Amino acid sequence: MTPGTPPAKGGRRLNIAEALREAIAEEMRHDEKVFLIGEDVGVPGGFGGAFGVYLGLTEEFGHERIIDTPISEKAIAGAAVGAALMGMRPIPDLQYSDFLFECMDELVNQAAKMRYMSNGRLSVPMVLRCPVGTANRGAQHGQCPESYFVHVPGLKVVCVSDAYHAKGLLKSAVRDDDPVIFFEHKLLYGSKGREQAGGMDLTAYVPEEEYLFPIGRAVVKREGTSVTVVATHMSLYRSLAAAEELARDGIECEVIDPLTLLPLDEETIFASVRKTGRLVIAHEDTLTGGWGGELAARVAEECLFSLEAPIRRVASHDVPLPVAPVMEQTVVPSVARIKAAIQSCCGG
Amino acid sequence: MSSDTRVPSAEPGSEPGTTEVDAYHGLELYRRMLLIRRFEERVYLVYLQGEIPGTLHQYQGQEAVAVGVCDVLRRTDWITSTHRPHGHALAKGVDLRAAMAELYGKATGCCGGKGGSMHLGDPSVGMLPAIAIVGGGNTVVTGLGLAFRLMHTDQVAVCFFGEGASNEGAFHEGLNFAAVQHLPIVFACENNLYGASTPFHLTSLVPDVAARAAAYGVRGEIVDGMDVLAVREAAGRAVADARAGAGPILLELKTYRFAGHSRGDVRGYRSREEEALWKGRDPIVRIRERLALTLAEDVLDATDAGVEAALDDAIEFARQSPLPRAEDALTDAYATVISREPTP
Repeated sequence: MTPGTPPAKGGRRLNIAEALREAIAEEMRHDEKVFLIGEDVGVPGGFGGAFGVYLGLTEEFGHERIIDTPISEKAIAGAAVGAALMGMRPIPDLQYSDFLFECMDELVNQAAKMRYMSNGRLSVPMVLRCPVGTANRGAQHGQCPESYFVHVPGLKVVCVSDAYHAKGLLKSAVRDDDPVIFFEHKLLYGSKGREQAGGMDLTAYVPEEEYLFPIGRAVVKREGTSVTVVATHMSLYRSLAAAEELARDGIECEVIDPLTLLPLDEETIFASVRKTGRLVIAHEDTLTGGWGGELAARVAEECLFSLEAPIRRVASHDVPLPVAPVMEQTVVPSVARIKAAIQSCCGG
Repeated sequence: MSSDTRVPSAEPGSEPGTTEVDAYHGLELYRRMLLIRRFEERVYLVYLQGEIPGTLHQYQGQEAVAVGVCDVLRRTDWITSTHRPHGHALAKGVDLRAAMAELYGKATGCCGGKGGSMHLGDPSVGMLPAIAIVGGGNTVVTGLGLAFRLMHTDQVAVCFFGEGASNEGAFHEGLNFAAVQHLPIVFACENNLYGASTPFHLTSLVPDVAARAAAYGVRGEIVDGMDVLAVREAAGRAVADARAGAGPILLELKTYRFAGHSRGDVRGYRSREEEALWKGRDPIVRIRERLALTLAEDVLDATDAGVEAALDDAIEFARQSPLPRAEDALTDAYATVISREPTP
C-alpha cells in the first residue's frame, strides 16, 4: 500500500495549490539547494505566483531562495538549467505553459541534452512548473502543450490532477536528477474556477506525514471491466463523470490517470486494456500529434490481440482556442464527447 | 622569475604589473596559443583525410582570446562555449588527447563520442559541453552565476559568444538578468566581424557590442583580441570585479577568424586584403616577437617542437583509441533508466 493512501473517510483535505505549496516548502526545508525562480513569485504585496501557490513562502525562505525575475522566460529557464548543472535544484515557474515556447531552446537543446552530451557526467535536476488548460483565456493563455515535451528524450513529463498526487509527485520531481516539466491545470488549483470545473470538490486527502509518489506510475481512479479510459487533468474528471453516467447503462469504465506521460506507465495501462479489451484516451491537448496517439500506437503494438474494438481518442479539436465559452466548450473534450466515444467503443 | 625577464606591455601607458607577465609566463601563453593554432591546422588535415566525422568550426586567429581569458581563471571557475569551442577547451585545460579523441568520435573522447567537435567540454576542468546554439550559453551562464552565489562560493563564470549572438534574444535576457542579480559573470564577446558570411555592420547599427552594455547598466569594454596580454589584462580586471561582486561585465574582444566559418567555407564574402591586414596582427607572431626580445630563439623553437610532439601523440592516441560501443548510444539520456526497449 502506498504511504498515505487515503482513509475511507475523514482526514485532512487540501486543494492542489495548497498541496503544491506544502511540497515546495517541505523540499526547501529538506534541501538547501532547492530554490524558486520566476516572475511575480516573491514580490512583497504581489501575487505569490500567477496562481498564488507561493503565498507565504518568501516569509519563510527569503528573497535569496525565492527569486523574482524580469519577464524573461529564456533567462528563467536558462538560469534554472545552469544552476541545476552546478548541483542546485531549481523550481522555475512559467506562469502559463503557453510561455514555454519562449524558452524552447533552453528546455529542448540545453536541459534535455546536457546529460547526454556530457556522457552522463552532468545532470539537470530541475522542475519547471507550468499551468495549462482552458479557462476562457483564449488562444495564448490556455493551451495544453504536454505533447511537445513528451517528444523530447531527456525530459520527464508529469501531469497532476489531484492534491494527493500533486504533492507526492512534486516532491519526487524535485529530488529527481532529470529535468521534469510539471503540468498543472488551472481549473484544478481550487482557488477559483470551481464553476467552470463543474462545481467539483477540488480538495483531496493529503496526509500530514511526509510521502513521495513515484514518477512513472499511473493510478487506477475507478475500476471497471468494460473499457479502459486513460485521461489527464480536466479530461480525467470528465471521464469519471461519463463513467458514472454509463454505469447506469451497465458500462463499467476503468479510468486511469497516467500522472506521468514520460516515462509512461505502460504496465498499468496494458494490464487494464488486456482486461477490458477496449481503450478510450481523453486529453485537452489537441488531437493531431497529441500524446494519445503515441499511447494508441503502443497499445496497438503490444495489446492488439486483446482489443475488441478500435481505440478511440477524445481531444481538443485542431484549432486555436477561442474565448467565448460556447465555442471553447465545443473545442475541449466534454463529458458528452467522452461518453459518446466510450459508447462507440463499447458497441453503442 | 626575476623582474628583468618581464615581457614589455602591449600598451606602454597602462599600469605596470597588470599588463605584464614574466617571460616564463609569456612563454606558456605562447605555447597554449600555438597549441590551439597547430591543433586546428592538423585537425583540418586529418579531417580532409577522412579521419574525423562531421564538420569543423575552427579557431585560428582568435587564440589570444581563449588563452588570455582562461589564463586568469581558476580551475574551479566555469566557462560556456560555442560551436567553435576547440580553443576554449584547450585553454581551459581539457586534456589534449581527450579533445582530439572526441573529434575522432572515440570512446576515449572527453564526451565519450557523444559530443564531438561542437560539444567539447569537461566538467572536471570547469567547461560545460560547448553549446552550439548561437546565444545558447548566454542564458545558461546566468544559472552558473546564480548557483555560485547561492552556494556562497567565489567562483566566476565566463560566457564566450560571438558578435552574432549579440543579436539573439538570449543575449538581452541573459545580460539583463545577470545585471539585475549582480551575478559573478564575464560575458566575453568575440567579435570576429562575421556571423558565418554576414558582416556585423549589416546586422547592427551599433558597431561595438560593448556599447550595448550601457543599456543594461553594466560595464562594457573593448579589448584588442589579437593581443594576448591585453586580453589577459582586461579579463583579469573583469574576473576580479566579478569575483568581488561587481559583475557582470561585458568584454568585447575584437578579433578575426583566419579560417572559414566551417570547413567548406571559401570566404568569398571578404577580401584577401582584409584578411592580410588581420593576419599582420597575428597574436601568435606578436607574442613570439616580444618573447624573442628576452628569450633565446632555441627556447622558442623547443616550445614549438614540444607542441608538435604533443599533437603527434594526441593524434596517434585518437587513432588507436577504441570506437564507442554502439549500444552506448542508448545510455545517458536520463539519470534514471526509463526508456522502453527499442523496437527491433
